[in-house]
Amino acid sequence: MALTIDVINEKINQITDKLPPLIIEELREKLIKLLDKLSESTLSAIIDKVISAYDSAQVEPCEAVGTIAAQSIGEPGTQMTLRTFHFAGVRELNVTLGLPRLIEIVDAKKSPSTPQMTVYLDENHRYDLEKAKEVANRIEQITVENVTSSIETDLLTGTLIVNLDLDVLEDKGLTPDDVRKILSKIRGVDVTIEDNQRLIIQLSSSLDFVKLQRLRDKVLNTKLKGITGITRVVVRKQQDEWILLTEGSNLASVLMVKGVDPTRTTTNNIFEIMEVLGIEAARNAIINEMMEVLTEQGLDVNVRHIMLVADLMTRNGTIKQIGRHGVSGEKTSVLARAAFEVTVKHLLDASIRGEIDELKGVIENVVVGQPIPVGTGKVELYTILGSMLG
Amino acid sequence: MSTPLTTYIKAMKFSLLSPEVIRKMSAAQIITSDTYDEDGLPIEGGLMDRRLGTIEPGRACHTCGNFVGKCPGHFGHIELTRPVIHVGFTKVIYNLLKAICRECSSLLINPKDKDRYLKLLVKYEKTSLRLKQALTNYIFKKIVKSPLKICPKCGAEQYLIKLEKPTSFYEERPEGSIQLSPSDIRFRFEKVSNDDIKLLGFDPECARPEWMILTVLPVPPTAVRPSITLESGIRSEDDLTHKLVDVVRANQRLREVIEFGAPQLIIDDHYNLLQYHINTYFDNEIPGIPPARHRTGRNIRALAQRLKGKEGRFRSNLSGKRVDFSSRTVISPDPNLSINEVGVPIEVAKVLTVPERVTSYNIEWLKELVKKGPFEYPGADYIVRPDGRRIDLRYPKDRNSIAEALEIGAIVERHLQDGDIVLFNRQPSLHRMSMMAHRVRVLPYRTFRLNLCVCPPYNADFDGDEMNLHVPESEEARAEAEVLMLVQEHISSPRYGGPIIGAIQDYITGAFLLSLRSTLLNREEVIMLLSKADYQGTLPPPAIRKPVEYWTGKQVISTLIPSNISMILKANTCEKCFKCLKELCPYDAYVIIREGKLLTGVIDKKAIGAQVSESLIHRMIKENGASKTAEFIDKAFKLFLWYISTRGFTTGIDDEDIPEEAHKRIKEILNKAKEKVELAIESYKAGELKAMPGQTLEETLESEIMKILSEARDSTGKIAESYLKPGTPAVTMAKTGARGSILNMIQMITCVGQQSQRGKRINRGYRDRTLPHFKKGDLGPEAKGFIVSSYKTGLSPTEFFFHAISGREALVDTAVRTSQSGYMQRRLINALQDIHVDYDESVRDSDGHIIQFKYGEDGVDPSKSDHGKAVNIDKIIESVLGA
Repeated sequence: MALTIDVINEKINQITDKLPPLIIEELREKLIKLLDKLSESTLSAIIDKVISAYDSAQVEPCEAVGTIAAQSIGEPGTQMTLRTFHFAGVRELNVTLGLPRLIEIVDAKKSPSTPQMTVYLDENHRYDLEKAKEVANRIEQITVENVTSSIETDLLTGTLIVNLDLDVLEDKGLTPDDVRKILSKIRGVDVTIEDNQRLIIQLSSSLDFVKLQRLRDKVLNTKLKGITGITRVVVRKQQDEWILLTEGSNLASVLMVKGVDPTRTTTNNIFEIMEVLGIEAARNAIINEMMEVLTEQGLDVNVRHIMLVADLMTRNGTIKQIGRHGVSGEKTSVLARAAFEVTVKHLLDASIRGEIDELKGVIENVVVGQPIPVGTGKVELYTILGSMLG
Repeated sequence: MSTPLTTYIKAMKFSLLSPEVIRKMSAAQIITSDTYDEDGLPIEGGLMDRRLGTIEPGRACHTCGNFVGKCPGHFGHIELTRPVIHVGFTKVIYNLLKAICRECSSLLINPKDKDRYLKLLVKYEKTSLRLKQALTNYIFKKIVKSPLKICPKCGAEQYLIKLEKPTSFYEERPEGSIQLSPSDIRFRFEKVSNDDIKLLGFDPECARPEWMILTVLPVPPTAVRPSITLESGIRSEDDLTHKLVDVVRANQRLREVIEFGAPQLIIDDHYNLLQYHINTYFDNEIPGIPPARHRTGRNIRALAQRLKGKEGRFRSNLSGKRVDFSSRTVISPDPNLSINEVGVPIEVAKVLTVPERVTSYNIEWLKELVKKGPFEYPGADYIVRPDGRRIDLRYPKDRNSIAEALEIGAIVERHLQDGDIVLFNRQPSLHRMSMMAHRVRVLPYRTFRLNLCVCPPYNADFDGDEMNLHVPESEEARAEAEVLMLVQEHISSPRYGGPIIGAIQDYITGAFLLSLRSTLLNREEVIMLLSKADYQGTLPPPAIRKPVEYWTGKQVISTLIPSNISMILKANTCEKCFKCLKELCPYDAYVIIREGKLLTGVIDKKAIGAQVSESLIHRMIKENGASKTAEFIDKAFKLFLWYISTRGFTTGIDDEDIPEEAHKRIKEILNKAKEKVELAIESYKAGELKAMPGQTLEETLESEIMKILSEARDSTGKIAESYLKPGTPAVTMAKTGARGSILNMIQMITCVGQQSQRGKRINRGYRDRTLPHFKKGDLGPEAKGFIVSSYKTGLSPTEFFFHAISGREALVDTAVRTSQSGYMQRRLINALQDIHVDYDESVRDSDGHIIQFKYGEDGVDPSKSDHGKAVNIDKIIESVLGA
């Protein structure tokens, strides 16, 4: 008595409100695979068991999930390496990982200490190394310094002489004339080319040593092409496609580069993600980044804990730090804030505002010596003895 | 027994003390800086005035008539000759001065804006406190940033206000900079209207701005600043008292100087001194002013210092409290205890007590305990009679009569006895498994004893670790501890939804040895083993009948596995062959358990280890629940230990012996590697080396050398491994995951390998070289910390030095890491502690703001999940279809 796929689908469609979609789909897939082994009764038995297993795995109300999440993330911290730099597969790029990175994420630092992007390429550029390199060239920021073999300052005539490295220049797809054109945009200078590789930059105003020095720095840091902030690009094969890894991050600009797949390209700069893609994306980025750090260290932490932290950090539309300048500092309870950090200031400020602490949180009640309002302490159940005795 | 709380504090309001309130609550005005007279008695009107509360036992308080313990202490006050600025509020005073008119004290803000803000404020006051706060903050900041130059109300011209830290204010008038005295400022503040001040976030009901400038100083009760009488009879006063003495004296001097009609300069000097003393009385760490010192040179601990920081009132006395009914001692292992038990020394059990209410059911038993008294175990220490009188059983001679007089309704505080529930804890308490409930087993000797399986959750070992024990005193607390905190309830970790409690070290080795294919046991041995596990069933039929009956180790283990367990897993000994032969595995690493029978495979870390997910223990906790699993762990693990101790298992340095030819081969590889390195260095020196992308030439050489050396070490390791005999105890331990690793063995046998510092070869020390034993610029392996020797042969002096370098780095690293991760965890806990699941399944904080609509998007509790997954569909299908 074999069942048909339709029967299974129908059965499963009846329970979509009882199980989360992921389990539904897994169940459907697995049941269809076993189609010929199932009977009507075993099918319902399996479905019933799945539902009851799901129900019994539910969290109980009042469970202090926050504390559990904090402990689950904090406890393995001691087991993590402190070594800031870890070569993440690619020798040439180093990425902050381990405890320092985890702290960076919960600190909600505006930019990571090692900003990095993973750039995926579109269908046309994905499978060809040359084409991938092309995109890499478009992204990588080239400054005059990168293509200069040497630079001289002539104090007598007030000129800068830039010797271009022609090989590098060609490699980056530039000509000496391109450099001249860009440099001549600098105000108050005159740029000429000699021997097709020497740039003579003449300060048009009167001779001034300080100005010349400043000009030198300005010239060297002038961007010739590429995207600001992306200091290096490495092309790497991942499975059957070429991807780009960058040092430095500028999501908004990179997404617009031709040949980049904007749907998959990402950065480790969470604030950039928030600005470009929105807070939900930032929330996911926090989860992904934290999970990556933990799994890389071989630590098994359930995503739900990390999701809670990410949701807390992003709940009001901006990324808030876990600490004094964020979540903890914005608590409504005076006592909770005073018990964390900067005790005296919080107490003084509270007094002039006439703040009222409603003692709703955990730490406030610990401070005044009352049961805490989570877990069994939140249950308010009274027995009226008389009514029980009748 | 503690009485349950019937009165709760619902809310707490913070406010400033007004001068009237300070005077009203004052029990005594302090007028003299002297504290005691010649007889050592407190002087009336001095800082230790009897009216401020009693701190000496047996003396009644002059204000309330109570004795120590009942008298709460009473405030006094000092009338200040001239107003003084409260240092904590200098910033606020400064901003407020800038925000109000110097003539009429109205806000320097466009009247139109003001009306708008007032309307908004009224609206927000009713709706959202948070918005109100944001608004007032915004207004205050805005006015302070750009106050109107001309007062919109009276048209007076405004001048720039300057703050000279810590407490002097100046007004930049056209005729020059004039200091504003606290009285001037107070005068201005008094005129500010309540509406205006509200706009800036003040609550005029409880914080008028002029109250920030003190005219009266409250003096805390003596109980807040108790004096200590040393053994020599010398009285030593508290820091605060010292500071208050300074204040009173400065205040008096100032008054005298003014009354005397001294020149302004002198008056100012004394006025500043008074201000200084009051500043340092509040906070002795104000930047810019010298801290007040004790006679000994130690800085005085002022009011602010008492509150803040780790050792301050908040973090060390209010957020964490000392408790009674607790005990601490060294821990030691006892495999005969259940994982749910803890061994408690008799000495401890005689001191820790459990209150037991006398009923008609237990009166006889309690009478016996009372008769035994506090010195004989099991006895009782105290009786609390129904009228509340407490009887200390240590002193009465005749306890029998007391026992007979015991009446129903009294409370007997009896000794801790077997089966009582206690909480057991080891610091650092990083997760909830750091504090679990155990059942008491009172034992001789002086250590707490625990089952070895609970070492991983506590992160305990027995090199001198101490642990704490707490006795819950109320029925509610005991019930909660037993249901929620018992060890077995924590086998499954909420971090990853797998077992955190399981076998370690010898348990694993024992299980492995027992489950080996070659293990055959005769009837006697089997019965002995099973009796250790308290096995009650029948013996399975022997695997070999003739000539003698033999049972396999797997059969013995099978008797203990519950019959509903069916699973397949790969053992730790799995060699990860390219093609897995499954049940035909030559290493017997393919474990099949079908209906509680161990068919193939060895039991090792992957099956019963602690902190290993997808193991046998994991399956049991999911299928059979906590108590069945705890029972399995108690029984089976005892059997494993019995087996390993009767069979015998020892490891020694000869475990690392390999034949001479192997050593030769290893030496050859190391020499070759050295040559290769030299070649690479030569090619670098000749300029033939090509730089790798993104690296300098030197970096390329370094990574090249490191690659050669690590490859060399790896291949020596492979050789050594191939010579290791499988049955060698050290190998057994490494392969089963019981202790140590193959890498550890290789370091003992072949070579220790590269020592590193900051992730690189060691390159610091002398100029151009690490040690004077090497030539300058030597880039060879030995000169940069490669250790060719093995731990067994011993390290050369230079090698030893390099090893110490890496060793030190590792130690420093750990020290730094613990402090960093500790702080991170504190912040996480602080930010997240109020977050809980509400009755509507949403996740909320203490204010009721929603953080998640459903916990973890599917509402699944990780500790109830199956390694993170809500439902293990495969297992369910298997159980229904019978695999």
